[in-house]
Formats: sequence, structure tokens, C-alpha cells
Amino acid sequence: MEDWVSIGYLISAALFIFGLKKLGHPRTAPFGNQLGAMGMLVAVITTILEMQLTGDGVIDWTLIAGGLILGSAIGYLMAKRVQMTGMPELVALFNGFGGAASALVALSEIQKYIGDADTLPEGLALTVTMIAAGLSALVGWMTLTGSLLAMYKLKGGVEIFGKWIKTPTWGPTWLNPVKVLLFLSVIVMIYMSIEEPTNTTYMWGIIGVSCLLGIVLVLPIGGADMPVVVSLLNSLSGIAAAFTGFIIGNSVLIIAGSLVGASGLILTFIMCKAMNRKLIDVLFKSFGGSGEKQDLTRTKVGSDADEVAMMLDGAQKVIIVPGYGMAVSQCQHAVKEFANIMEEKFGTEIKYAIHPVAGRMPGHMNVLLAEANVPYEQLIEMDEINGEFPDCDVALVIGANDTTNPAARSGEGPLAGMPIIDADQARTVVIIKRSLSVGYAGVDNDLFYMDKTMMLFGDGKAMMSGLNTAVKEI
Amino acid sequence: MTPEFLIGNITLFMLAIFIGFELITKVPATLHTPLMSGANAISGISIIGALIGSNVAFKNESTEISGILAFVAVTLAMINVVGGFAVTNRMLNMIAGKKRGGA
Repeated sequence: MEDWVSIGYLISAALFIFGLKKLGHPRTAPFGNQLGAMGMLVAVITTILEMQLTGDGVIDWTLIAGGLILGSAIGYLMAKRVQMTGMPELVALFNGFGGAASALVALSEIQKYIGDADTLPEGLALTVTMIAAGLSALVGWMTLTGSLLAMYKLKGGVEIFGKWIKTPTWGPTWLNPVKVLLFLSVIVMIYMSIEEPTNTTYMWGIIGVSCLLGIVLVLPIGGADMPVVVSLLNSLSGIAAAFTGFIIGNSVLIIAGSLVGASGLILTFIMCKAMNRKLIDVLFKSFGGSGEKQDLTRTKVGSDADEVAMMLDGAQKVIIVPGYGMAVSQCQHAVKEFANIMEEKFGTEIKYAIHPVAGRMPGHMNVLLAEANVPYEQLIEMDEINGEFPDCDVALVIGANDTTNPAARSGEGPLAGMPIIDADQARTVVIIKRSLSVGYAGVDNDLFYMDKTMMLFGDGKAMMSGLNTAVKEI
Repeated sequence: MTPEFLIGNITLFMLAIFIGFELITKVPATLHTPLMSGANAISGISIIGALIGSNVAFKNESTEISGILAFVAVTLAMINVVGGFAVTNRMLNMIAGKKRGGA
């Protein structure tokens, strides 16, 4: 490698490190992201220059530039067009592409050796190449299938020929030994592929089993655990890039890949901690949705918008607790309008209680409410806002369930120990929800049945605009 | 590949992992998603591998499959990189509230 190429890669690696560091703090985060993008630009330009200036130069400009431009255009359009509610899915999808790219590079290298046996490395180089290619394939393909499944799980389902098919969450306990077996079989196949590098059966075997492994890993996981899994897959796609770096002996791939691998893993742990779960439980104990849902025996009479509006008349302080239901029904603008009406009409103090895992990924609510121009100062994190509920007149819960379920305090059941928003301590609780049905955790919510609770059954957007009209008319 | 080169690479790998562990300490929940998405864009670094790989593959015209694979890899990696940074930027702008609109 030429000296200036190494220096280019060094600069790019340093930019990645600073970028990641700055991404972790609210004020510097946008700059951190730009530093990362700059690092990538430096790396790409260095590589293209090296290709052009050394050896035979760039062989096929059309194909290389074509791939670059095509990929950039698709990526840019997807990023610009996505709705804020679709953000988690998009991150999962991009992640899958990254993993697939690493695995494809590994595959392409191996194909090259197989196509031309003379280029096959020997001795140490062969061992390293085959191990790295095998691991890169394992992690890369697993990331692809896992991320695609995660994307459809976040979406809730997939439309095939006009029919909506719900993505299943399924994970009997016997699936866990199967995961271990699949993993071991990949390791064995990697070992065999070192013995017989030209036998493509092993290569395809590794790819097939890895794809399957990604699916069985993600299949049992549901609900609030989904972001944790996407974060873990992100960490894996970094590791896949690092392994690919070992195959082609490229320093920047190794550095950037392992950086993302390690920091992604730490982020995964931080996310787990925020919801009081252990990573091992997330991966091996399926979370809700596995047929353990409680039967609903209680009923509650729903209220209507006018009743709720009467009760809201003259309220001093209202805390809004948004959940995934707000994201689904896209009612953040109606929520903001509600806040405006209350502020103008009664001078009510409005705050928003943000649970760390509300929605389908951390920060989901912040992004949605920011889109509706809610001032940042009104978004209060769970620990800070919980003390304010006792002197709040009305807690308005919009499509949130598990994150407000008092059952979490009991220390039993799937929700045990998860920190929750103390909405039940407000003087009156208004809940907008489609039905009394259980949330992802499959636990009945006592909050719904309290005497001070008023239920507004229906779609978030319809209910919010109904409520807005009713409040205006008081 | 000499043993020295391999050990050098393993050293890089280990040190980068240590740095990665140390980089992320306390992150507010709001930033979890953008951080994940930004890191995800960086993992698109395999674009470098895809570029080098495709150049070598196009040189040896005998191995067509490898060329196609490399082209697909370049495209996918580029979607990951450009899309990842763009979407992170959009998210951060909304959270920080500097720029309005979008969506």
C-alpha cells in the first residue's frame, strides 16, 4: 500500500472516531454525523485515487461509477422520502444492506480464487482468508436476513397480493438449542472450507445456514425489544466489515468495522439498561406475544369527546403521554393542536412524558413530536416527569400501554421491573386507545380500570381531532 | 500475507474495539436512534472493499460472477452509506429543532 493511501485511511479512521464520540452528545450530534460522512468521503476518494494511480488504473469506470451513483441516489431518495414513523424500519433496512455488502465482497473474493485456482493463497494466508471469509459470510448474511425480518416486524406485517399478512412472533424454547446448533455447523463448515478451499458446497452451506440463523434469532423477539435487536444487528454489520477487512488486508475496514462493532454493542447494553432487560433475556427469552397473553375478564365503559372536554375545562396542568399508537395514527399534529388550544383557552401548562422505549425505537417520540413543532423544553424524560404527576390535573395517554402499566411495579410477570411512567398518579387519566386489549407484553393494564380513568376508544387521529373540536366548543 | 502483516491487522482490530467500547458512555435516550443510525452508516465502510474488489474483478474478465457480485456490493454499500448519513442528519435536525419541515 502506498504511503499516501495509508495516510488517507488514517485520516478517515480518525474522523470516524471523532464522529462517533460527538454523536453521543445532544449539542454536538449533527456535527458528529457530518464528521462521519466526511470520513467516508475521504476513504472513498483515497480508494478510487489509489485504484486509478497504481496498477492498471480503474478498469471499468462505467460499472464502478454506475454502482456508486445508483446506490447514492437510491439511498438519498429513501432517506428523504421516509415518513418519520417509518424511520426504525429504514435504519433496519440500511443495516441489512451494509451487512449484505460486506458478505458480498467476501463472496466475490472467494469466487475469484475458485474461478482461477492459481491465485489461491497458500499456508497462513489461506487459513486467514477462509476464516475471515467464513465469519464475514456468517455475520453478514445473518445481518441481512435478521434486519429484513426486523424491518417487517417493525412494520407489523407485509402486503402480499393485496393481503395483509402479520409478521409472526414465534419462539418456543426448543428453538434456542437449534440456534446454537446452526452456529456450530457454520464453524464446522468454515473449518472444512480451509481443508478444501475450492469446494463451493461449504461456501453455499455457510451462506444458507447463516441466512436461516438470522431469521431464527429475530423471529422470537417482539415489542419493545425490537430496537435492541436492530442495535445488535448494527453492531454485527460492523463486525462483518472488519472481517472483510481481514480478507482484503485493508486497515480502514478493520478499524471502522470494529469501532462500529464495539460501540454498537455498548449502545445495545445502554438500551437494555434503559428498559431494565438483560441482553441474554432479549435474545433467548421471547418477549410477550408467545401465547401467554392474559384473558380479559374486565370491561370498562368508554367515554366520549364531550365528556372529556368538560373535564378538561380549566385544567391547570396536563401531561401528555405518547406511545406507539400516536406514531401509528400519525396524530402528532393533532396532539400539538390540542396543546395549543389548551394553552390559549385555559392557560394550561402542557408537558410531554417521554418513556425511553416508547414507540418502536428509542427517541421515536422525540422525533415525531419535533416534527409537529413541539418545543424541545416540553419533552421531559421519564425520571424527571414522574414526580410531577401527583399535581397534574389530567394525564392524557395516547396509544401507550405497557409503558404506563402499574403491573410493572409488582415485580411479577413479563413487565416486572421495567420502569414506567406514573400516569396513574395524576388526578384524572384519559386514555386514547383502540380497545382494552393488552400491549406487546401481553399483560392486562390496571390503569384502564381505575375509577379516575376515562377511556376514549378509537383511532388516535380521529379521537384527537374529535377532542380538539369538543374543547374548542366549550 | 506475512505473519507480521496479520499480527498488525489483529492489533488494529483489538485497539479499535477498545476505542469503540470507550467512545460510548452515557447517551441520552433521545440520541439512541440517531447514534445507531450514524454508526450504521459508518459500517457501510465495506464500500471500500467493494470498490477494490470490483476493480480487481473487472480486470480478470474470466470471473464474471465476481464482477457482478462486486457491482451489487458497491450499490448496496452506497445505499447504506448515503442513506444512513442522510437519514441520521434528518433525524438530528428534527430533534435539535434547527430546521423545520421535511417529511
